[in-house]
Amino acid sequence: MRSRFHQGLDELRARLLRMGGLAEQAVDRACQAYIDRDLARCQMVLEGETQINIAEREIDEQAFDLLAMQQPMAVDLRFILAVTKINSDLERVGDQAVNIAERVMDLADLPKVDLPVDIPRMAAAAAAMVRRALESFIEGKAELAQAVLEMDNVVDRMKDEAFITLVKTMNERPEVTRQALDALLVARNLERVADHATNIAEDVIFWVRGADVRHNVPQEASSQQEVTDTH
Amino acid sequence: MGVGIQVERLNAWFGKAQALYDINMNVAANHATAIIGPSGCGKSTFVRCLNRMHETIPEARASGRVRVGDLDVYNGTSAVQIRRRIGMVFQKPNPFPTMSIYDNVAAGLKLNGFRDRRRLDEIVERSLQVAALWDEVKDHLRKQSGASLSGGQQQRLCIARALAVQPQVLLMDEPCSALDPISTGKIEELIFQLKESFTIVIVTHNMQQASRVAEFTGFFLLGKLIEFDKTERIFTTPSDKRTEDYITGRFG
Repeated sequence: MRSRFHQGLDELRARLLRMGGLAEQAVDRACQAYIDRDLARCQMVLEGETQINIAEREIDEQAFDLLAMQQPMAVDLRFILAVTKINSDLERVGDQAVNIAERVMDLADLPKVDLPVDIPRMAAAAAAMVRRALESFIEGKAELAQAVLEMDNVVDRMKDEAFITLVKTMNERPEVTRQALDALLVARNLERVADHATNIAEDVIFWVRGADVRHNVPQEASSQQEVTDTH
Repeated sequence: MGVGIQVERLNAWFGKAQALYDINMNVAANHATAIIGPSGCGKSTFVRCLNRMHETIPEARASGRVRVGDLDVYNGTSAVQIRRRIGMVFQKPNPFPTMSIYDNVAAGLKLNGFRDRRRLDEIVERSLQVAALWDEVKDHLRKQSGASLSGGQQQRLCIARALAVQPQVLLMDEPCSALDPISTGKIEELIFQLKESFTIVIVTHNMQQASRVAEFTGFFLLGKLIEFDKTERIFTTPSDKRTEDYITGRFG
């Protein structure tokens, strides 16, 4: 047993989960701040970003060390590659939370208006995707990750609907254009959070099954075929 | 040019102890195929069955079919014919200690009654060039003993010796395990070039080496071929759990 190496992998996993917790918390705080127009929460999101950035660098450094020093293979190699990519997606989830917090700060001086868009519902869906993608990583289960991929369409649809209704609102009620525009940007940020969750789920599938499911391009059948052809 | 090797239902024994069980494998011509697995898994026995070296051990025997190009190794072909077709390089470099560098390379040909002096000179020079040793030894070919070379040079001398008889297949049983990283690098580079002209089967404990030099890899465990596939697949997404556990260091 390469116990030191596997201990290193366990540490890497624990760090990524902490990072996942920070990113999840940032999205929750930013969405709650938007709903409540809560500037104190916005401040927490901005401060939290530093921690996320530090965590991102530490994870990359440890992954780099493990690659260089241990020459991992097969499932371990896929795990480390997946971790570095998930790490990057989580950092970007944190960035989206910061963008939402900045929109809230932009809205602070404006009157609160009713808009025909359900941001809390969309936020809940995007946050659930991140949570479930991280659960699939914790459990190492490709089926859980697959379920996340199927949720992405729902959030995409919500964003498209938000776009149509908010543009219409801006045309009909020009006095709420800034609020509607901010809501539109928040909807786009949430849709991107969902995209990052999708990427994380794809990386979990790559780690667990060794299959690249990005962009719906089938790959396993073709590589098997090449082996047969060479003989 | 190298030739392919077809192995069908190969079994091997040492006395009553069975060492290989029903091995089937197609080794592609002009490619390097790596054989990996934990100690005692049968990988060296397997390659030694390909050129009938296995049967040189008392009470050792093998059954099944091995075809090397158009030769049927276990049916109607002499061991000498086989070994002329299939060269072998061992773990520990084993130059003939009392012979000069030149005589080491020429030994196989002389043993086969080859007497054309000029032609012999040409073959020795070409074999040493292909083995990437010529430049280092050309000035003292006949004066210096093969045993006086460094370990890495001795191994390349053994490769040159194997190449001199113009085989089609080169079997290498852990050829770098006794060498430093620089010499290992030279041998690996050599393997890469040799593939153009020969079929190579290399037994190695070093998985990084297998992944660097071989297009195909077979994983042996307890005398059975567990998995055989393209090297990149074996080392990234093996299909058998036992292969994965071995190459990730979870056992072995």
